[in-house]
Amino acid sequence: MDELPYTEIEHTADWALEVRGGSLADLLVHAAEGMLDLMGAETAPGPSRTLHLHVQAADAEALLVAWLEEILVRMELAPVTFSDFQVRVADSTELEAELREGVRGDLEKMIKAVTFHDLRVEHGPSGWKTVVVFDV
Amino acid sequence: MRPGEGRRIRVQDFRRLGPVLWELPATHRSDMLVPVRLFADEPLLEDALGDKSLDQAVNAACLPGLVSHITVMPDVHQGYGFPIGGVAASRVSDGVVSPGAIGYDINCGVRLLASRIPAEAAAPHLADLASSLYAHCPSGVGVKGSLPLSKKELEQVCREGAVWVERNGYATLDDLERTEEGGRMPGADVAAVSARAMDRGRGQLGTLGAGNHFIEVDRVEAVFDAAAARAMGLETGMLALQIHCGSRGFGHQVCSDYVRDFQGTLAGYGIRLPDRELVCAPVKSPDGQRYLAAMACAANFAFANRQLLAHHVRQAFEETLRGRVAHTELTQVYDIAHNMGKIEDHSVGGVREHVCVHRKGATRAFGPGFEGLPEEYKLHGQPVLVPGSMGTASWVLLGTAGSMELAFGSTCHGAGRVMSRAQAKREIRGDRLREELETRGIHVRAGSLPGLAEEAPQAYKDVDSVVEVVTQAGIARKVARLVPLAVVKG
Repeated sequence: MDELPYTEIEHTADWALEVRGGSLADLLVHAAEGMLDLMGAETAPGPSRTLHLHVQAADAEALLVAWLEEILVRMELAPVTFSDFQVRVADSTELEAELREGVRGDLEKMIKAVTFHDLRVEHGPSGWKTVVVFDV
Repeated sequence: MRPGEGRRIRVQDFRRLGPVLWELPATHRSDMLVPVRLFADEPLLEDALGDKSLDQAVNAACLPGLVSHITVMPDVHQGYGFPIGGVAASRVSDGVVSPGAIGYDINCGVRLLASRIPAEAAAPHLADLASSLYAHCPSGVGVKGSLPLSKKELEQVCREGAVWVERNGYATLDDLERTEEGGRMPGADVAAVSARAMDRGRGQLGTLGAGNHFIEVDRVEAVFDAAAARAMGLETGMLALQIHCGSRGFGHQVCSDYVRDFQGTLAGYGIRLPDRELVCAPVKSPDGQRYLAAMACAANFAFANRQLLAHHVRQAFEETLRGRVAHTELTQVYDIAHNMGKIEDHSVGGVREHVCVHRKGATRAFGPGFEGLPEEYKLHGQPVLVPGSMGTASWVLLGTAGSMELAFGSTCHGAGRVMSRAQAKREIRGDRLREELETRGIHVRAGSLPGLAEEAPQAYKDVDSVVEVVTQAGIARKVARLVPLAVVKG
């Protein structure tokens, strides 16, 4: 089995997730998948639809926060969850996403907020990497 | 050390100012503007050094316009940006307000209700009571409240807080009297709140949420100050009830909005910080004032939320215990915030300072004589409510003259975590923990077993040790110790 592109790392009070990707778009997809995994979000049988999102922010870190917050808020306002993420990034300040919105089954725990704490989206020879801390 | 890149903090970096007071000097790192002072005994100091909480306190010491020092409580643990268990006072004249130093769950706090129900008489009915509380108080993820609000009603809640709940018949005037700020934080302006925050708030009034939030039925195990306990309605052997929750998605969104917006405005104020989560704006600037107005709306939402939950709790007690015990009434002891920014006056080194006090995981603890207290509490000081970890004790304390002198009128807020959530999930099974608590006679109703595991008592410090430190330091005084009988968690 392939290694997951995200890893939960130790944090005393909250949740922290290390995320990796071959591109910034990959990183954004893996961050969303990792966040849903942390929350224990499961899709239930039922209708689904494709959703198109456009997110803008001042820089790559703010884009990551805004993207994940967009997903969280939609999950809080309705009993839905998301899968099949496809993200296109024009530059590090804007993304276009296509994702599948389905009926939510189990959800172990909700995240209060995505934080900027020590947040750096880094690009090196082995790809893109970040550690994002969630307030829970 | 370069700004933001200090070496690992060690015990020998501290100066000991007293038996339980330590100072990390402002020379520890070049960008610190004030020292960090920590209340702790040796074991709690070691605990604090075990994660990044003190590095976060050092980062907070870089905020402009701070008065005197950053205060760190013995229940400190690593948070995001600002440590949980931290207090910072910034001058209104030239200081800043930092949304991240108050937290996403604005006015997360605790309410304590007292009863004249003997725990022995209630014992056969506690399982039913736990189930009734779980049924009456919506908890868990994505759960809607019993009182969905129109936009206009939510705007009223933002302005009036718990007063709105009383006007609508779900509270008593005594409840309001025994709530910080009378349950209504001044300065609220709905125009400073985003449409998204309003959307998130409309369905969530009267909900507990998940995470470390809970409703707990306790027995008053011991009283340490009979006169103060009498004024609060607390009596040994009687039931009491705690509600711990905050401003829900409404408050989370308010904080998220301003942490995001201040990323873009920080440079314009010429401020550089070691962590983006600490972004801030001058208190007196339009940006700072707008955040404080929005924060007040969220604080009022939280006061209203705990008030409506108290109404549901009273319904559960009435339905379950009527005819089974002599008295089912629950009277309010106090309701107090532990994530809040407040404009206050404090005397520092003999100088009166007008400051914005950031308390994140710290409780206001004003001493005797404070004018904002109900008459019956003025002689004693402000009640402070310190919930322990699940399955362990909680404490009722009083603010003191010492808390005013040493900690900007603040004290601890809980036990404080020592184990990461990831480790707790690895090592503790929620179903076994529930069984263990039930074996000890504590009835548990929980929406999420993994969530229960993360909140296991082993993941927290010993609340009794924390309380010993704050009382030894003179920043609080003991009134009563409570032990749990039933816990409801989301």
